Amino acid sequence: MEIPAELEARIDETITHYPVSKRSAVLPLLHLLQEHFGYISPETANWVAAKLDLQPINVLEVVTFYPMFRAAPPGRHHIRVCRTLSCAMAGSYRLLDDLCQMAKIERPKHAGHGTPFTVGEDGRFSIEFVECLASCGTAPVCMVNDDFYEGVNKEAAAQILEKYQ
Amino acid sequence: MVSLIKQPHARERRMIFKNVDRPGWKTDIDTYLEDGGYEELKKALTMSQPDVVNEVKASGLRGRGGAGFPCGVKWGFIKQDGPKPIYLICNADESEPGTFKDRYIIHQDPHQLIEGMVISCYAVNARLAYIYIRGEYPEGAKILERALAEARERGFLGKNILGSGFDCEIYVHRGAGAYICGEETGLIESLEGKRPYPRIKPPYFPAVLGLYQCPTIVNNVETLCHVKHIVRMGGAEYAKIGRPNNTGTRILCVSGDVQKPGYFEVEVGSLTMGELLYDICGGPKEGRKFKAIIPGGSSAKVLRADEKYKIKEKGTDGAMVDKEITFDQIPMDFDTLAAVGSMAGSGGVIVMDDSRDMVETLANINEFYAHESCGQCTPCREGSLWMQKITRRMVSGEGAKQDPAVLKSVADNIAGKTICAFGEACAWPTQSFVGKFREEFDAKAQKNVTPREVSDGVALREGRPVLVHDHEVAAASPGGVPKPDAPWELSNDSKAGHV
Ligand SMILES: Cc1cc2nc3c(=O)[nH]c(=O)nc-3n(C[C@H](O)[C@H](O)[C@H](O)COP(=O)(O)O)c2cc1C
Ligand code: SF4
Ligand code: FES
Repeated sequence: MEIPAELEARIDETITHYPVSKRSAVLPLLHLLQEHFGYISPETANWVAAKLDLQPINVLEVVTFYPMFRAAPPGRHHIRVCRTLSCAMAGSYRLLDDLCQMAKIERPKHAGHGTPFTVGEDGRFSIEFVECLASCGTAPVCMVNDDFYEGVNKEAAAQILEKYQ
Repeated sequence: MVSLIKQPHARERRMIFKNVDRPGWKTDIDTYLEDGGYEELKKALTMSQPDVVNEVKASGLRGRGGAGFPCGVKWGFIKQDGPKPIYLICNADESEPGTFKDRYIIHQDPHQLIEGMVISCYAVNARLAYIYIRGEYPEGAKILERALAEARERGFLGKNILGSGFDCEIYVHRGAGAYICGEETGLIESLEGKRPYPRIKPPYFPAVLGLYQCPTIVNNVETLCHVKHIVRMGGAEYAKIGRPNNTGTRILCVSGDVQKPGYFEVEVGSLTMGELLYDICGGPKEGRKFKAIIPGGSSAKVLRADEKYKIKEKGTDGAMVDKEITFDQIPMDFDTLAAVGSMAGSGGVIVMDDSRDMVETLANINEFYAHESCGQCTPCREGSLWMQKITRRMVSGEGAKQDPAVLKSVADNIAGKTICAFGEACAWPTQSFVGKFREEFDAKAQKNVTPREVSDGVALREGRPVLVHDHEVAAASPGGVPKPDAPWELSNDSKAGHV
């Protein structure tokens, strides 16, 4: 596992945000590393533990609890579709189906922990059903990587997918 | 497609949302300064710290995060002369379904939040503060970081702020998709780098033992923004807005089955539910009638549109008299919503019309809570899963006669028996939906099955509440428990490994 110097510098700077306890930096470090590697491997988790003078379990318990941390690689572009009430009423279950069909991905089972998403065969997209994204007034909503989309109907979904190769 | 109202409605009074959707408005500090930004911080720094706390007390400001606790009273719990440092945390987790107000403050007016936070830090003497922002706001986190850097550069943050001798630093901390991080003690655990397991309170509230076992104030984004306006107009003047004990403005978020969903900042209690849903949101969709309203985020108890509600009102002679009102006459304030058996909560109003099946609706809500229980307390961990499984099977046509009663008894055995208020949050929807729409639940509980079949069938079936207008219910798929495919993969159907 190789950590580029630039990333390590960012990591070191981030740790300074927590002058009282380095342990507080677990989540931000996992975010930075997941951005870089796409997911958190056991090796990455161990690296974080060593960096922050923690036991590996202290990091593992965090990775396994928080839905956003992935224990397996996603596609090149990761799609999150909101599943919760207002979006469901606006058709998000159908949106998920449409997206899966258009992106040729198996439908993920349901929102969950660990690795609740599915990845397409060509590795272009992965897709996940997530809980309320706090934009219920513009339902149904979804995210692709860090980009946010609201009021997504089938045509819009097709156009959105085109943007990510 | 998207039909959020971008122009403020005539009934609105925009204070916190003054700059949201404002033409030409940008998030950089120069735009904010040209508009008179950071003047209230300057003013606060000329006041004594207890004076700022007193103004907030006088304002009557109640927390906008969900519980509605008086902000000044909370601040008053902080022991300023103790040996420990004091921390302030801005709760920007915005995770209660139906709530989408902090999103717009963070993305469109970050400096208002930062100014409110620095004033609040000064008031409670906190030198270090964090903004705990939900992980699903990556753009918001970047905007806040940029704004913090700008504020630091101009001397509104950091050492010796504006020459006052007061030092204060604020950092952004991103969550990672767990609802329970919105609960303040879960949030604190999360900020300490752990699983967000809420802490038992009482005896110790965060104001006594919070972050790193030090006195800590946790306030919602919107609450902290109000502080700036309280400093501007003075607590007594602020208290004139809204109603007694329900002061100020508040942002209501409306979603679901209305013509025009959106966010609206109004004086607390200045609107009835009917005015909000008919006049501002354009009423129900074509050919539909309102059926049910969740008034304060998905945890709030549901209200039936065709029910009569009893409230107490001050009569002409000053004595309290009983009054019966319909749902559309309910004033949208903290006290009345509590009096009619629900709560103002986080201000997220979710509306269902007569095309909705209430069992499917509850099934969707139960999926959320089963997914989000942290798993610490048995009643909540097991109960939320039971409720999920029962409503799943009811919507997949496998309901059992006893289901409504079992649902109710499971929910009754969660509320009040758990470490944190998530217990109530997950029990209230079930209690109220089953209680208020019993006929729909009974209708879906027709097929009787033996207990053994029930437990096997439920564990292996993935019911799919789809919530579409034509009430189609997708066929249950014989999914089963997912196979572990990662080193520490947990099965979804059991929280066993989750504890
Ligand atoms: C399960 C649960 C979830 C919560 N989620 C949030 C949230 O997302 N945002 C928030 O500000 N408060 C949330 N709260 C309320 C906080 O615990 C806390 O009361 C609030 O942040 C205090 O701020 P306030 O006094 O300004 O409202 C939640 C509470 C519970 C029990
Ligand atoms: S009530 Fe639920 S969410 Fe709260 S601590 Fe207990 S198990 Fe966790
Ligand atoms: S329900 Fe989808 S954003 Fe809230």
